[in-house]
Amino acid sequence: MLQKIYDWIDDRVDITPLWRDIADHEVPEHVNPAHHFSAFVYCFGGLTFFVTVIQILSGMFLTMYYVPDIENAWRSVYYLQTEVAHGQIVRGMHHWGASVVIVMLFLHTLRVFFQGAYKKPRELNWMVGVLLFFVMLALGLTGYLLPWDNKAYFATVVTLEIAEGVPFIGEMAKTLLNGDPSIVGAQTLARFFAIHVFFLPAALFVLMAIHFIMIRKQGISGPL
Amino acid sequence: MSEKKQQVSRRQFLNYSLTGVGGFMAASMLAPMVRFAIDPVLQATGGEDMHAVVDVSEITEEPQRFDWTVEQVDAWYTSDVTHSAWVYKDEHDEIVALSPTCKHLGCAVNWAGNPDYPDQFFCPCHDGRYYKNGLNVPDTPPNAALDLFEYEVKDGTLYLGNVKENPVQEGGA
Repeated sequence: MLQKIYDWIDDRVDITPLWRDIADHEVPEHVNPAHHFSAFVYCFGGLTFFVTVIQILSGMFLTMYYVPDIENAWRSVYYLQTEVAHGQIVRGMHHWGASVVIVMLFLHTLRVFFQGAYKKPRELNWMVGVLLFFVMLALGLTGYLLPWDNKAYFATVVTLEIAEGVPFIGEMAKTLLNGDPSIVGAQTLARFFAIHVFFLPAALFVLMAIHFIMIRKQGISGPL
Repeated sequence: MSEKKQQVSRRQFLNYSLTGVGGFMAASMLAPMVRFAIDPVLQATGGEDMHAVVDVSEITEEPQRFDWTVEQVDAWYTSDVTHSAWVYKDEHDEIVALSPTCKHLGCAVNWAGNPDYPDQFFCPCHDGRYYKNGLNVPDTPPNAALDLFEYEVKDGTLYLGNVKENPVQEGGA
């Protein structure tokens, strides 16, 4: 049945080369942990992607209940965590995943660094990777405010102070992030929400696409 | 199946196990999220309490609108909302409390809302009409009678609860 549906579609739009391009490729021996166990270090990039997928999915589901409003943000989080079935798990996935993804990203970066895999011709991909790292950190930072509890609030106050410390443009940067020159409140929360769920994920997707296209184009770096 | 014993090749075996493990991982990831999302559908709808509406002595043979306020808990938001009913005593001195919600598309109906039909309920949205007992007038948009409130009288006060289907349906349905 499935085969028939697949054939029907493939007959018309020839999708086989499309997915073969994405999914069907050789794994070199030096990257395969079955040959050299130490090759498990090559997993961290994929694990980063895997956790990112979890973050995207759990985040999408969380917005079904969460509202970015200072009166209701905390209450909606409390509600979804205590009253909605599996709310604690879904929020837990997003909460812990946010830390795990940074850890994986860091391990991936260490592997690439110590293997010298960033060297010519892969410098561009290293740069894109660094941008991805910044986007991921920014996602963690903006997401931290959203539950609108005391920890979130004061962490954001500190972040904004740091932004203000930038020479020359500090004050402007702070107001831009904050939405108001002095009050950390309604506008800040709305802004952080928009940045967290629309702007940064959009940047993340574009950068990830570039990152993956480049690795497929250039191939994985050779053995040490 | 065929006359030959089916052999599972290494490649097939690997394919099946990888698909199985992958499917299990995807399922365990998605199961809590899906359950989380469909929770509103599965939450038990508790029966509505009875609410004091009006002193029975105020109820006449002419339908009158009475309002009462209920504390409504909407997830994390609690507020007071007003409900209404059209209440009268019928010829057997029985209390009839009709829901004002039009059975066509849910607007609010009014008794004698149209001067041309002073003894009918009228819905201003699409000119739906109902007789005094709630039965929808044939050839007007609504296709069912106005719902009835469950009621009880305690110490001379009328209490209203859930709405239920009106027994006076067209064709005795």
